[in-house]
Amino acid sequence: MLLIHCPYCGEDRSELEFRAAGDAHIARPANIAAISDEEFADYFFLRDNPKGLIYERWRHIHGCGRFFNAVRDTVSDKFVMTYKAGEPKPDLSPAPGVAPALPADSRPVETYEATEGRAE
Amino acid sequence: MADPFATAARRPALAAHASGAARASLTPAGPATRLSLRAKPEAVPALSAALGLDLPTQPKRAARQGERHALWLGPDEWLVIDESEAPLLQALDGAGVLHSAVDISHRNAAILVSGAGAAAVLNSGCPLNLSPAVFPIGACARTVLSKAEIVLYRTGETDFRVECWRSFAPYVLAVLAEAAAEV
Ligand SMILES: [Zn+2]
Repeated sequence: MLLIHCPYCGEDRSELEFRAAGDAHIARPANIAAISDEEFADYFFLRDNPKGLIYERWRHIHGCGRFFNAVRDTVSDKFVMTYKAGEPKPDLSPAPGVAPALPADSRPVETYEATEGRAE
Repeated sequence: MADPFATAARRPALAAHASGAARASLTPAGPATRLSLRAKPEAVPALSAALGLDLPTQPKRAARQGERHALWLGPDEWLVIDESEAPLLQALDGAGVLHSAVDISHRNAAILVSGAGAAAVLNSGCPLNLSPAVFPIGACARTVLSKAEIVLYRTGETDFRVECWRSFAPYVLAVLAEAAAEV
């Protein structure tokens, strides 16, 4: 079971109490009526699907009820950090040529591709 | 093939619903008035004065004054319970500060879980750490019990109050009874 740190409850709680709520830091256009259909589709529908760090909204729905933001690794499913809604997006992107600054206890998970080779 | 009857223990069909004999007893709580209270931090002092107890502002804390309890559910949300059925909504009439109070006296039902095995019974379906260091007397939290959402409140070393929605109560009681038969 994953433990997720709720920044409002101030402690690690079971994933059973949480619900994912999509990408975080999506900026709503200031004048949404003025933008083109393509720009609207880009804002409304299109999301990156990164391999690695992703910034997401989560809700402690069966706990304090609050939305908060989380930085999660899509490869290992590890929660790198969580922070309250409204707080600035932390910059965790590594400098060029430097390994990502992940906590010391996070190890890369063994993927099928790593151990078995890629299915062709 | 081994004889299954040599090792099988006989258990009556309704054994799980007998309570009080095992290490944990289950008791439906008596009627109470309840309030779902929401307010910003600046309204807390006035609401506390109106209710006659200090609304807790720390996570997982509950405040108690006699038969009245205020349970922290979120940064702006409390569950207020009065076991003497004193009218809670009226108590806030003159508070004079912006808040939202909804009478949920009959929306919830409560089950009291007591005994040396109480925490083990709850942990059969609830992921909270119930060790006394992390969840001491007076601690409370909204959480889950199997497939139901509950509010758990520790009222004694081996005493817990489980608040759940009325329509979920038979399910919650059945889940607890099944666990209580096995601790
Ligand atoms: Zn929380």
